Amino acid sequence: MPTNKSVSDAPITQFINCRILKDHKLQREDLWVREGRILDPEKLFFDEQGYADKRVDCEGSIIAPGFIDVQINGGYGIDFSQASDDISSGVSFVARKILEHGVTSFCPTLVTSPPAVYHKVLPQVKVQNGGHHGAGVLGFHLEGPFISAKKKGAHLEQYLRTFQSGGIEDLMEAYGSLDNVAMVTLAPELASSQLVVRELCQRGITVSLGHSVGNLSQAEEAVQSGASFITHLFNAMLPFHHRDPGIVGLLTSDQVPAGRTVYYGMIADGIHTNPAALRIAHRAHPSGLVLVTDAITAMGLPPGRHTLGQQVIEIQGLHAYVAGTKTLSGSIATMDMCVRHFKQASDLVLLSDALNVKATYISGEEVWRKEP
Amino acid sequence: MRLVILDDYNLASEWAAKYIRNRIIQFKPSPERYFTLGLPTGSTPYGCYQKLIEYYRNGDISFKYVKTFNMDEYVGLPRDHPESYHSYMWNNFFKHIDINPANAHILDGNAEDLEAECQAYEQKITEAGGIELFVGGIGPDGHIAFNEPGSSLVSRTRVKTLAKDTILANARFFGNDLSKVPTMALTVGVGTVMDAKEVMILITGAHKAFALYKAIEEGVNHMWTVSAFQQHPRTIFVCDEDATLELRVKTVKYFKGLMHVHNKLVDPVLSMKDQ
Repeated sequence: MPTNKSVSDAPITQFINCRILKDHKLQREDLWVREGRILDPEKLFFDEQGYADKRVDCEGSIIAPGFIDVQINGGYGIDFSQASDDISSGVSFVARKILEHGVTSFCPTLVTSPPAVYHKVLPQVKVQNGGHHGAGVLGFHLEGPFISAKKKGAHLEQYLRTFQSGGIEDLMEAYGSLDNVAMVTLAPELASSQLVVRELCQRGITVSLGHSVGNLSQAEEAVQSGASFITHLFNAMLPFHHRDPGIVGLLTSDQVPAGRTVYYGMIADGIHTNPAALRIAHRAHPSGLVLVTDAITAMGLPPGRHTLGQQVIEIQGLHAYVAGTKTLSGSIATMDMCVRHFKQASDLVLLSDALNVKATYISGEEVWRKEP
Repeated sequence: MRLVILDDYNLASEWAAKYIRNRIIQFKPSPERYFTLGLPTGSTPYGCYQKLIEYYRNGDISFKYVKTFNMDEYVGLPRDHPESYHSYMWNNFFKHIDINPANAHILDGNAEDLEAECQAYEQKITEAGGIELFVGGIGPDGHIAFNEPGSSLVSRTRVKTLAKDTILANARFFGNDLSKVPTMALTVGVGTVMDAKEVMILITGAHKAFALYKAIEEGVNHMWTVSAFQQHPRTIFVCDEDATLELRVKTVKYFKGLMHVHNKLVDPVLSMKDQ
């Protein structure tokens, strides 16, 4: 209604009384949305001579972009790595529940599993947009099986693999299909991995380095072949050493091709990484930091024993261990918990606000609101 | 003329805003009869815009039935450049109020045919029924809008090349890099502003004092184009103490003595809520 229709007829929503994150600061500005896209209100005013159809009063809240979780293994009793006949309803269930944590898109993650599991699970879930039904599915994150036995963490050794023919054949044999796959974690020191990295990148799949004993040069080579992410920095990799920084060294490496950024996932649950380490990483390379939950089946569930892939996990308070050991196995932190913990751990330019999620919007539509 | 002298910038901004508010409310604008307002840009009117936004937020005025015409715009500066007058008006005024975007007119400095754009602007003003109240400022060289020294006092909307003084004064908005300041602008003419029913000029700061002196205590002169308004039947100059520093003591005393009369124009201050 209130535009000259030169661009679109769709209704325009204006979020008022809010603070938005713009230019690395929280500013008091209105947010304008039409058909799921954020508008430049100045263009709207002068070009289209338009104004809002609907106003949403945010009552002083902070509007942040919806959180994206690229490493989440399940939650609320659902385990993405468990081959069942109805994976997609499990994914949808989690997708709906994580709206409460402000997550609007995610990558369902599969830990190292036998080929049968991948062959069964992968075809059942498609990339899809979020909405009232739940957070959007960006595609699978396949964490393994091409990882190092020495840094397997909670992954099962018998299902780890190496590259035999060093090409797409190994991937296809293990996974069955690469459709609907957004990200693959692999260890760059594995023989013939560079070719695989290049193949995956050509297909638009993000390659992440992790669960590895690779040194810095191997990691740099992988980045030059197209790898752009590090899976849960510090965990399941060699510790930073001043003469061989290992994968951690990518944060300040000068071998990263111009114009490219190496991003790194961090589980900011207060358990997987000491806040001091979190701060070191952030200060070394602030623009690469990506918060992930690495949440497991038990996230959202009470303490006790649960399954993760082919294993049994035990919850003790906020910790999740491989049952009977002290090996950490994923986390049960929710994304908004990670964001709060990170803000506490580091000095960001966020206003002192509790950062509790009040409501979640996808494409400008409210899809979840906290009960008053 | 009325020369309204307030103690400082804030009080001057507030007086001006109250005056505009009262004029709009008294006019009782409606869909059949819009209030047409001419508007300036720059640091001087900023405080006035802030007050008007405050009055809008409190529900005391509405710009729903107000049409605005800005005085000028740079030529060749992208519309979304932070220093364009479009950006200034959007960020400092339009985005905070309820004006209909179709009624907010600003000259387009990137038009294909600049002369046609100027003529069309004059036409739009005529079609809107002329300007009820034109608010303006004064340059350190005594110019109104971009009618630089030497501009015809009966000029109309046109393209003007900016004077050195103006470019220097504007350099602070372009990182003090003279090469980045636009050299041309589209501006309403002196004649265009003279056509308005009423003109209100805001002048604050010691750096404007000499220009004010030339504008009101010397003769009508095309070197100090604001002086043209000595021949307008309804002009108000709103200033702060500092802007009067170059005036004769007698002038200042006379007009300060009239403040009780001037203040009747803004006291009581009217509100839409009472209608």
